[in-house]
Amino acid sequence: MLGLAADRLRADMNRLLAFLFHQGILDEQFLQLQQLQDESSPNFVSEVVNIYFHESEKLLRNLRSLLMDREFLDYRKMGNHLNQFMGSSSSIGAKRVRNVCVAFRAASEHNNRAGCLTALELLEHEYCFLKNKLHELFQIQQQRVLATGVRYPM
Amino acid sequence: MERLSSPVLFVFLLLVMARNGVVTWRRRTEKIDGSDPSPSDTKEVHVLAVDDSHVDRKVIERLLKISSCKVTAVDSGSRALQFLGLDEEKNSNSFYGLKVDLIITDYCMPGMTGYELLKKIKESSAFREIPVVIMSSENVLARIDRCLEEGAEDFIVKPVKLSDVKRIKDYMTRDFRVGEGERGINKRKLRDSCDLSSSPPSILSSPVSSSSSSSSSPSPTILSVSAPCSPSSLDSPSRRLKMTSSE
Repeated sequence: MLGLAADRLRADMNRLLAFLFHQGILDEQFLQLQQLQDESSPNFVSEVVNIYFHESEKLLRNLRSLLMDREFLDYRKMGNHLNQFMGSSSSIGAKRVRNVCVAFRAASEHNNRAGCLTALELLEHEYCFLKNKLHELFQIQQQRVLATGVRYPM
Repeated sequence: MERLSSPVLFVFLLLVMARNGVVTWRRRTEKIDGSDPSPSDTKEVHVLAVDDSHVDRKVIERLLKISSCKVTAVDSGSRALQFLGLDEEKNSNSFYGLKVDLIITDYCMPGMTGYELLKKIKESSAFREIPVVIMSSENVLARIDRCLEEGAEDFIVKPVKLSDVKRIKDYMTRDFRVGEGERGINKRKLRDSCDLSSSPPSILSSPVSSSSSSSSSPSPTILSVSAPCSPSSLDSPSRRLKMTSSE
C-alpha cells in the first residue's frame, strides 16, 4: 500500500520536474541545487528557494512602487533591482523569470515607461507561476517523506 | 676517495632537496614559526565568500562546504576587510584578523565593488598572497581582463557551479606548493600568454590534488575540458573562451 503511494508520488514529482524543464521555467542550475542536497543538508533546495521568494517579493514591490511614481521614474534604481533579480533567478535556475528581467531591463534602459509596465506585469505573472509550481514540488517531496518515512535527496 | 656511506648520502640528498625543490617545507615552517598554526593550514581550506545577494551567499557557501572547505560568508567588501582584520583607512591589520586561504567575491556590489576589494587586498602587504577569485553574472571581457590584471586568480561567470568550485580548489592546493619566486613567474606569464588564460603555466607539475570521480577539471588551462558527468561541467572551463572568441 505504502509502496504504491510512494511510487505514485515519485512519478508525480518527475512529471512536474519534466514539465518545468521542458517549458523552460527551470534550467540546469536547478539540477545543480538538487545535487547539493544530501543527508547533511536535507532541506537545502527549499531553504534557498525560500530565500529567493523572500528577496523576489521585496524586489517586485520596489519595482512596482518605482513605476507608480508619476513624477520621476528612477530608471537607474529599477536597473539595480532588476540586476539583483536577474542574479538570484539565475542562481536558482529560474530561467523564464530571468529572461523577463532581461527584457524589463532593456525597456528601462530605453526609458520606456509603457514597456516597463508591461514587463512588470509579465514578471509578476511568471514569478507567481514559478512560486506555485515550486510549492507544488516541495509538497510532493513532503508527501514522499510521510509516505515512506525516508527523506530522499531530490 | 673513500666511498660515502649510505646514511651520509641520504642526508646529503635531503639537503639538496631542501635547497632546491621542496619549497613547501619552507612555507610550512614559516607558518608554524610565525602566525598561529591553525589546523586549517594544512588540512581544511578556509574560504571567505563575499556577496551582497543572500541567495548567492547560501549557494556559494554550500558549494564550498560540499567541496570540503570551511566557509565564512559576508555581505560586503567592507565586512570582508573587517573580517580579515584589515583596517580600510590605515591599510594596516589589527590583531583580530582570522586566517583565510582564498577569497571569492562578487563583482557587482553596492558600496565597495569586488574589483575595489581585490585592489585593497593586493595592495596590502599582509594579504596580497591570498588568491582572490571574482564572480560575475556579466560576461564582459574588459571586466575579466581588468580583474586578472589586478591580480585575480580566476574569474567565474555566474551562476556558480560545483565544477567551478572544484577548479578553483585545485588552484589553491597547487598554490600552497609554490614559493614566492615562482608566483612572480606565474603573473608575468599570465600577461604574456593568451589574455584569457588565468591559469598558471605548465612549468608547474600537474596538480597534486587528484581529481575526484565527479566533474572536476584536473588541468587548469581553459583549453582543456573536464570529463563531463553533466552537461554543465563542460561549461565552466570553456565558457570564458567561448565568450571571447565570439567577440
